[in-house]
Amino acid sequence: MAVVTSSRKKAFNRVAIVSILLITLIFLSPLYWIGTTAFKPRSLATTVPPTVLFQPEITPFIKLLTKRVQLTKAYDPAIYAASPWYEQRIYDGGERILRVGPNIQLSQYPNRFMNSLIIAIISTIIAVSMGTITAYGFSRFKMAGEADLLFFVLSTRMLPPIVVAIPMYLMYRVVGLNDTHIGLIILYTAFNLSFSVWLMKGFMDEIPKEYEEAALVDGYTRLQAFFKIVLPEAVTGIAATAVFCFITAWNEYAFALMMTNRRAQTAPPFIPSQIGSGLTDWTVIASGTFLFLLPVAIFTFALRKHLLRGVTFGAIRK
Amino acid sequence: MAHIRLDNVTKKFGLHAAVDGLTLDIADGEFFVLLGPTGAGKTTTLRLIAGLEKPDDGKIEIADQDVHQWSASERDVALVFQYYSLYPRYTVRQNLAFPLKSNARNCSQAEIDERIARAAKTLRIGHLLERKTDRLSGGEMQRVSIGRAIVREPRAFLMDEPLSNLDAKLRESLRAELKELQMKLKSTFLFVTHDQIEAMSMGDKVGILNEGKIVQVGTPYEIYNKPKNIFVASFVGSPSINLMPAELANGHVTALSGKLKIVAPRSKTNGAVTIGIRSEDITVGPKEQVAAHIHDVENHGVEKIVTLRVDDQFFKATAPSSLELKIDGTVKFSFNPDKLHFFDAASGASRA
Repeated sequence: MAVVTSSRKKAFNRVAIVSILLITLIFLSPLYWIGTTAFKPRSLATTVPPTVLFQPEITPFIKLLTKRVQLTKAYDPAIYAASPWYEQRIYDGGERILRVGPNIQLSQYPNRFMNSLIIAIISTIIAVSMGTITAYGFSRFKMAGEADLLFFVLSTRMLPPIVVAIPMYLMYRVVGLNDTHIGLIILYTAFNLSFSVWLMKGFMDEIPKEYEEAALVDGYTRLQAFFKIVLPEAVTGIAATAVFCFITAWNEYAFALMMTNRRAQTAPPFIPSQIGSGLTDWTVIASGTFLFLLPVAIFTFALRKHLLRGVTFGAIRK
Repeated sequence: MAHIRLDNVTKKFGLHAAVDGLTLDIADGEFFVLLGPTGAGKTTTLRLIAGLEKPDDGKIEIADQDVHQWSASERDVALVFQYYSLYPRYTVRQNLAFPLKSNARNCSQAEIDERIARAAKTLRIGHLLERKTDRLSGGEMQRVSIGRAIVREPRAFLMDEPLSNLDAKLRESLRAELKELQMKLKSTFLFVTHDQIEAMSMGDKVGILNEGKIVQVGTPYEIYNKPKNIFVASFVGSPSINLMPAELANGHVTALSGKLKIVAPRSKTNGAVTIGIRSEDITVGPKEQVAAHIHDVENHGVEKIVTLRVDDQFFKATAPSSLELKIDGTVKFSFNPDKLHFFDAASGASRA
């Protein structure tokens, strides 16, 4: 880049920066809505224009995580004073937390959240490990019809998933995989596998095969060379692939809605199901969504070092 | 230490035979250099011996044992690559220890330390042991690669152009070091290169490979002075040998459209031939035989390489650096009749 930049170029740069900032603001506005509404009192949730300055509170999260009922008796200051602070918050809103004996009854949200975690993590692990091994095979060994096979793997991604949803539903019902964790895990693994194979193939191709060959000659078996030499080199690719697979599995809505309803229901179909009829408490919806965003954010943040290299794919060559 | 034998080995990639009926015999403790242009099948030959490729046909023996069924790890040969030879993320010490920690060898920690210390001393890389491999220079990297081969005390060393990525100075010094190392270890070395200077300066024996076939095997002296055909003659030597058409008749060679006439040293059959003469066998000076136009002069310090032209024929001669030579001037020259090479004009095979 030249040190001397023309004034016209400078002006263009400024316009570009301002436009990018504007676009970013527009893109981030739903996130802003979720982030703020999750901490708003119910009365401020739907004001027009939106309230920007408010006293943040965590009442929506208490509501999200507990089972509540409407107060049937009149406000009782004695009960209020005897309750812990979180119950007081609910009491203020004209509700009380349901208890069985001394135990607070939790809402279904923690359970659905756990389902999401279990299903997304396990399917990601399976899809990434299978993808890594398959990609290694494709990358290192000559085989008949290699290009066709790779295309076939990719072709599983060409149908919109919703097209196969009905037949999948019927098949799942017959084999009893409906509303099971394992059913969704299989589904998400299959869905992510083609992506994982293709992505990992690119990363595997980048690892010089001389490394393993040196290990083979040095007295190691192919499998040992794979674990000792190839895998540590592929960490970046594995991290990038895992993030993508995790995000896909975590966010999946259509299949989860159709295939599950109770036992194995994940968070995406559960959150909108709480909108229900009548009065909707948007602060609870927002807090549910807010918590739902966290795992992906944490996971991506934890792997950011690898991702930065990962998303540039083949851009860095020797 | 071992004797390596290849018997009629063929390796095909698709329809193309990278190695085509190759027969090679490398004696125990020999520094054998496989020399050939790019794509001649040198690396494939090496990989076949190492066990990284399986031959389609033929037999490979290491220490008189057929190794066809043996995997790369069982063959106990060390391979030094041209690139990427070191494990990334490892320190130099870990790299050197890596082959010793394999199940195939199972060395004790004390023995590993001892072997590493010995190799580090031999290669003068002791100060680098704790360094990560990405913080090494090219020459240091190749030294460590060679070290990783040495610590194993393998039956044979296979080297795939290990010096070709280094700069000229370093290449020269490592060349001498490698030769010295081989003499010290008394191991079998198979060294692959496309650089004829490397081959001539290091090899006890040189095998010239072209299009997957061995063209000639011999000592560097034999290769240089008794080339089997035009390919060998022109591949070896710098500047490369001068070749020109000539006519053999009645014990005389006539070349350069009749301007040059030499008594043929030995009896040769009459007819069209290609003669070859190396630049150092052409004498340039005021008292010589034939006049030539000076096309170009390269000063090499100890000597000058002068490109001469007679009619349309160009050829290179070596002249002492003290001799005054001007481009576009005229000078006289003569060929040393004893050093003339005769090749069949049609097939290129030597007629000696």
